[in-house]
Amino acid sequence: MRYLPLTNEDREDMRRVIGLENVNQLFSNVPNSVSLDPTFNLPNHKTEMEVGRILSGIANKNMNSNQVPFFLGAGAYKHHIPATVDHIIQRSEFLTSYTPYQPEISQGTLQYLFEFQTQVSLMTGMDVSNASMYDGSTSSAEAVSMAKRITKRNKVVISPTLHPQYAEVIKTLISADEDSIDYKFSENLDFSSLISKIDEDVSCVVVQNPDFFGSCHSLEELADHIHSKGALLIVVVNEVISLGMMKSPGDMGADIVACEGQSLGNPLNFGGPYIGLMSTKDKYVRQLPGRIVGETNDMSGEKGFVLTLATREQHIRREKATSNICTNSGLCSLAFTIHLSLLGERGFKKLSKLNHEAAIKFYDKLKNLEGFKVRNKSFFNEFTLELPISAAIFVEKMAGKGVLAGVPVSRLANQDDSFSNLLLVASSEINSDSDREDFIKLAKEVCYE
Amino acid sequence: MTDIYYTKDHEWIKVDGGEGLVGITSYASEQLGDIVFVELPQKGISFDQGKDVAVIESVKAASEIYSPASGEIIETNSSLEENPEIINDDPLVAGWLYKIKIINKEELKNLMNEEEYNKLIGV
Amino acid sequence: MNSNRGLDHDEKLLFEVGDVNRTGVDLSEPENLSQMLGDSFSDSEIGLAGLSEPETVRHYVRLSRKNYSIDAGLYPLGSCTMKHNPRLNEKMARLEGFSEIHPLQPISTCQGALELIDLISSWLKELTGMAAVTMTPKAGAQGELCGMMAIKQALLNKNESHRKIVLVPDSAHGTNPATAAFLGFEVKTIKSNREGLIDFDDFKKNIDKNFAGVMITNPNTCGLFETDIVKISELTHKSGGYLYCDGANFNAVVGKLKPGDLGIDAMHINLHKTFSTPHGGGGPGSGPVVFSERLEKFCPTPLVENDKGEYDLIESLDGKGLSNSFGRLNVFHGQMGMFVRAMSYMLSHGADGLRQVSEDAVLNANYLRASLNDRLTPAFEGYCMHEILFSDDFLKDTGVETLDFAKAMIDEGYHPMTIYFPLVIHGALLVEPTETESKQSLDHFISTLRDLVDRLKEDSDSFKAAPVFTPIRRLDETQAARKPILRWKEEPLIAV
Repeated sequence: MRYLPLTNEDREDMRRVIGLENVNQLFSNVPNSVSLDPTFNLPNHKTEMEVGRILSGIANKNMNSNQVPFFLGAGAYKHHIPATVDHIIQRSEFLTSYTPYQPEISQGTLQYLFEFQTQVSLMTGMDVSNASMYDGSTSSAEAVSMAKRITKRNKVVISPTLHPQYAEVIKTLISADEDSIDYKFSENLDFSSLISKIDEDVSCVVVQNPDFFGSCHSLEELADHIHSKGALLIVVVNEVISLGMMKSPGDMGADIVACEGQSLGNPLNFGGPYIGLMSTKDKYVRQLPGRIVGETNDMSGEKGFVLTLATREQHIRREKATSNICTNSGLCSLAFTIHLSLLGERGFKKLSKLNHEAAIKFYDKLKNLEGFKVRNKSFFNEFTLELPISAAIFVEKMAGKGVLAGVPVSRLANQDDSFSNLLLVASSEINSDSDREDFIKLAKEVCYE
Repeated sequence: MTDIYYTKDHEWIKVDGGEGLVGITSYASEQLGDIVFVELPQKGISFDQGKDVAVIESVKAASEIYSPASGEIIETNSSLEENPEIINDDPLVAGWLYKIKIINKEELKNLMNEEEYNKLIGV
Repeated sequence: MNSNRGLDHDEKLLFEVGDVNRTGVDLSEPENLSQMLGDSFSDSEIGLAGLSEPETVRHYVRLSRKNYSIDAGLYPLGSCTMKHNPRLNEKMARLEGFSEIHPLQPISTCQGALELIDLISSWLKELTGMAAVTMTPKAGAQGELCGMMAIKQALLNKNESHRKIVLVPDSAHGTNPATAAFLGFEVKTIKSNREGLIDFDDFKKNIDKNFAGVMITNPNTCGLFETDIVKISELTHKSGGYLYCDGANFNAVVGKLKPGDLGIDAMHINLHKTFSTPHGGGGPGSGPVVFSERLEKFCPTPLVENDKGEYDLIESLDGKGLSNSFGRLNVFHGQMGMFVRAMSYMLSHGADGLRQVSEDAVLNANYLRASLNDRLTPAFEGYCMHEILFSDDFLKDTGVETLDFAKAMIDEGYHPMTIYFPLVIHGALLVEPTETESKQSLDHFISTLRDLVDRLKEDSDSFKAAPVFTPIRRLDETQAARKPILRWKEEPLIAV
């Protein structure tokens, strides 16, 4: 077997050194009632070529986004990833190292995480960031749990336009009773109704921006109201490319920011692995969960980096830790930071603009299309389209004609009928004029023929 | 005349009239090593004897501080927020943690005197 | 001053080498259409430093050379299973049919993705002998959370939420008590006995009417198989509780026995340990959880359903089979990229190869044990499983501590083993060689460690000073924690 270096002679020599007759003696602590070497209904080992064929065969059954015009978003976005990114993250030293517990031989990882923390702090407009979480949804749930610790209050108000699966994750992970979470999925984000819900027991208000339906919001006034009640504002960002053109969450008064960072450096991967970003204000840093890298000096005075503030974490505080989180999304954060270093300020802003303009061009085509209506007044690179037919049927039919057209809102709203004709459509720098023309042409066919 | 009492968890309380000043012992500060952060209770909050009121963190450990007496927090040592190393340098005087208004002096009988405490830590 | 040394290059921060005007990506020119962002539009400077492509490559390549890796050498971190990461896995995960598909595209267009999830699910169920599996947890710690949430949900379902007490051995990984506490359980620690195993009497003593369950790592973090595990599971079930098994050390028994035969109710599997997906400097991981029939119906959303080769994805809580589910752990469907890698590994090994994996892993650890036990001090008598635990007794009276010994290993070209864990052994050193080390590699490691021990008496100063051959020496962690500098700033904060 190609991954196992021991030869049978090696094994025999080693058994002799240990003083073994047979290898099963090493498993003698296993209770007798448990059978060793049971039969597994599984095939035996395969060559590299065989495995390649099996998995390629399975992969080929999927319609992939490189083959067809593609307009899906709703929390996962397709962007062009420079070739350099995947090359560097496959370097052995990054790919096959562990969490940087031994800083003297992990400065590579520690330094890029420090740079990553700086980038995340800057783009979200916050003071500090951790070294990443699993994804945007778990970041959001951790943010809520952090707000509850800081304010020592229990209730959570969630904007109706938060990604429904994010809301489900928050409900599950903070294991709260139904009454303490206020969330009713709806297309309308009405600030005055949100404000009316904030009382002395509310720990935080969670707002997604751009919201699930693609609309953009200015949050300063809302933030003032929240703060006047002693609660915190958590801003969730699904599409980080938007931060190149929008006021940062920090500038708008956020106390904690939770983002999905997949758009930079990470392919769609059918939903994972992705990368959660989390940033906050200096004063809350000791309540921030997850790994954090800090700068310090070595014994000869040279600058270096270490994992720090570890006493918040599970391996020290055990049952009193801020979270049970252990890993971060190391390699995904590397991909993120390389992509962002390649872009730089200029590239990032330009990319942001290209995404916005791709959506505007699409919007301009759709707004005059009979029977179709764009529901948004504002948007970044994604908006909600009202169709003359069911969105779920529409996307299947469009797929049949070779276009991945969007995400039916009803799929995320537990099949709620009131959303049945709404479709989320995302645009990005990958979409060409001909992609948009194909969409329009086929959409008419699908709906009216 | 101030009286000083000790807990088995290595806190001390200096009692002056109805008030008590609380800190950790030299022994505890040595055991913890370099202290990097102290989380102090809020003024105005009340605690029962033996309840955890504060946390002292070193690089590799976080230790709870258990209140030696029941009462209300009336002052905390804010200089520790910026300079937690004061506890290492001077645990018995400058490194005090908080001041408490003692509500039940009888409870102090549950604590040790200096001689008993020294015996506990084997001095 | 130039602080480069041979191949070890000093590399400044991105923000010191790059600036806001440089970019390494060519993009087409925007057309300056009028924006549709409303009043949330902003054009102010963010401050992101950029680099050209060659500068980017150089920056990260230079950084990479400051890292140790399993590709470069033995990485004996106990309980971490740093085994070889096959490159076929990487190639498979990058097939566009897997990497370039969207989690919410129409079900008819992602049948292959669902088939892959179904395939890995069936392998994991068969290898563990368990009734069900959920693939969504994003890492081992989230897998633990998932398993314990299913237990909590099952108790709730029986109207037994008064059962609040979760027993956790003192040798457990820190995530165990953190997880239980996070869910509102009350954690009670049970003692290990002198053999490094759970003290069955102490376990028994701690069971009362509020007993919810027990979290056991098996093999445990002392590198030993819990002999009483079946007795423990029987008593647990008789007492109305559930047995959670931390599967971090599954590599010791994969293909050798079925954990389901031990009577466990839930166990997470770290795909990044047992099934060779890369650790990536701290993630991404993946932590699927297998369940017994007792817990099956409480598992989280979503589920993949296989109806005679037609796959469907059940996403909503009122969907089929999920009415008792405890909810959703994260957005979408789990770490697909990791599933593909793990599947590539499992198919490569097959059932026969996986049995050889655990046998070789355990053989390698015991070979180290037999070859080092006259120099280092094994914490317990007898054979170990896939990792060997030493105490710091061999360092007694040398003035050298476990940390110093670990740092001296770095100067000898090795990543140290796990140190100071488990907490039950003083100055613990936990060594896990894995099955992908050759005998030659182990022999070299053995002679290095033996030489180091022999040097302890005459040359303890060099241990205290180590490492000296690294890009950087020992770092001041106190300074880092007292005055945290957690990001670059234009005028860096100077710690006082």
